[in-house]
Amino acid sequence: MGQTLAEKILSRKAGYDVRPGDIVVVDVDWAYAQDGTAPLTIRELQGLGVDGAAKPERSIFFIDHASPSPRQELSNDHLFIRQFARRTGSRIHDVGDGICHQLAAERYVRPWDVVIGADSHTCMGGALGAFATGMGSTDVAVGMALGKTWLRVPETIGVRLVGRFPGWGDNRETTAYISAKDLVLYLIGRLGADGAAYQALEFFGPGLEALTIPERLTVANMSVEAGAKVGLFPSDKKTREYLKGQDREVDWLALEEDPEARYARLAEIDLSRLEPMVARPHMVDNVASARTLKGIRVNQVFLGSCTNGRLEDLALAAQILQGRRVARGVRLVVGPASRKVLLEAMDRGYIKTLVEAGATVLSPGCGPCVGVHAGILGDGEVSLNTSNRNFQGRMGNPKGEIYLASPAVAAATAVTGEITDPRDME
Amino acid sequence: MILEGKAWRFGDGITTDHIAPGRLYHLRSNLSELAKHVLEDADPGFASKVRPGDFIVAGSNFGQGSSREHAPRIIRMAGVGAVLAQSFARIFFRNAINVGLPVITCRTDKIEEGDLLRVDLAGGKVYDVTKGFELEVGRLPEIMIRILQDGGLVEHIKRHGGLQVLM
Ligand code: SF4
Repeated sequence: MGQTLAEKILSRKAGYDVRPGDIVVVDVDWAYAQDGTAPLTIRELQGLGVDGAAKPERSIFFIDHASPSPRQELSNDHLFIRQFARRTGSRIHDVGDGICHQLAAERYVRPWDVVIGADSHTCMGGALGAFATGMGSTDVAVGMALGKTWLRVPETIGVRLVGRFPGWGDNRETTAYISAKDLVLYLIGRLGADGAAYQALEFFGPGLEALTIPERLTVANMSVEAGAKVGLFPSDKKTREYLKGQDREVDWLALEEDPEARYARLAEIDLSRLEPMVARPHMVDNVASARTLKGIRVNQVFLGSCTNGRLEDLALAAQILQGRRVARGVRLVVGPASRKVLLEAMDRGYIKTLVEAGATVLSPGCGPCVGVHAGILGDGEVSLNTSNRNFQGRMGNPKGEIYLASPAVAAATAVTGEITDPRDME
Repeated sequence: MILEGKAWRFGDGITTDHIAPGRLYHLRSNLSELAKHVLEDADPGFASKVRPGDFIVAGSNFGQGSSREHAPRIIRMAGVGAVLAQSFARIFFRNAINVGLPVITCRTDKIEEGDLLRVDLAGGKVYDVTKGFELEVGRLPEIMIRILQDGGLVEHIKRHGGLQVLM
């Protein structure tokens, strides 16, 4: 009988053919936590009577959310995490290394892996063909302590992609005004914020070829905004190239979709019909096309986060901002997703272009995405972000308003000071 | 186990940012302080109004958003006996069970703020004493019932020496 990608991975791990609804106990390949969830993870580990992890080299701590620390309480949390990691031989990525999910994609996650992270966007690892999912601190503590976790095998919603993004096939850097972010915002609008709750999303079809790995990461990242447990992609030659680019081609394994797989539901999306999309306050599924929101003024634009803080995103924004200036009264805040992204963006001149245009560049990390520091909104202020959540209060002030969009829309909006479809720039 | 208390009404799509706001990030290692702000961005003053044993009654997708387990923890610390909702976000649901906060999936639309509720956790029944009707309750998977009965995941592991789910 055919299997979905989630069923394939969990069957291999469990050692027998699993079916949706089964409860399985599986080995965990990577377990991680970030500075907002790690202190509780460590305390729960200690509550279990273990001071360490079953597989310390596969347990990773990231200091990325409040990084560098803006307050003494958080500095003390960071000290606690560092001391634990040092004492137990666990891995740690400290201030300036970047966002947990980006580093996981660059350095750790492999096709067929099971990954659990104490952060909801752990599902981004699905872009590389891993069963990667977010959990709470206690679940991750138990995963670290035992090297195992329990999972309910999810039903899968199949998303068949056909067509090409408009402009695809020419120079992607200059024509990518419609991209993965528009695809995933459109999909979430269609499914609703809980439309995939307790289920996996699986992407397949002829349109897959149009999606680079960075773009698949964007889509997998936001699958949790439809409630999904994981957003899975096959592992193909693009995956292999990406891993090669990270100096770990040895980690590549093929993971192919099964034409006989049984999906709980099927959705089809024609990439050639997509438009630049925007999610309006205060829900991610509250989407509209960017054109219909023309005229809405913004105070801040945030280009960054695990969703869209990668090299390709900065490249596109730099290309739009080349020779232009950020509009008066608008703050453009740029947060590269990792040290590697920042270095490459510097080498290629993107950072210079952005700074010349008026941007503020932050240290690699989450920046203003989670409302701890570096870009908190004032009462009534509006921010347009390339990140993944626009919940009330998300950016540190419940009286702020957040719109979500692609890097292309963000750059165009930074130039005009109002929500702008990049195709409408002269 | 029978719980009795008053209903506090919330709408659809209550997020973990409503429950444990990002601007209070620095209180994450100070849960008793964070608990004073529980659900502040959905109902300011909720923490000072709620009484031990009361219930949160909400619409769909309760707890959507971040994986922060601080959210169900501070709900429990505020004395809430259980959260009743039309549906829950996955990570919140699992976290709630892990920290010993009962979460009950049922049709909540007819329950109004202030209604007195009687909840039979083991029997899977919710009774609205004020209005005089009974509600069917969605059943938890066996593993979750066991974790909840043991008082949370850490206690479960301590008691059994591992995950006792495959029996
Ligand atoms: S960038 Fe934002 S969404 Fe991504 S891990 Fe950091 S806080 Fe979470």
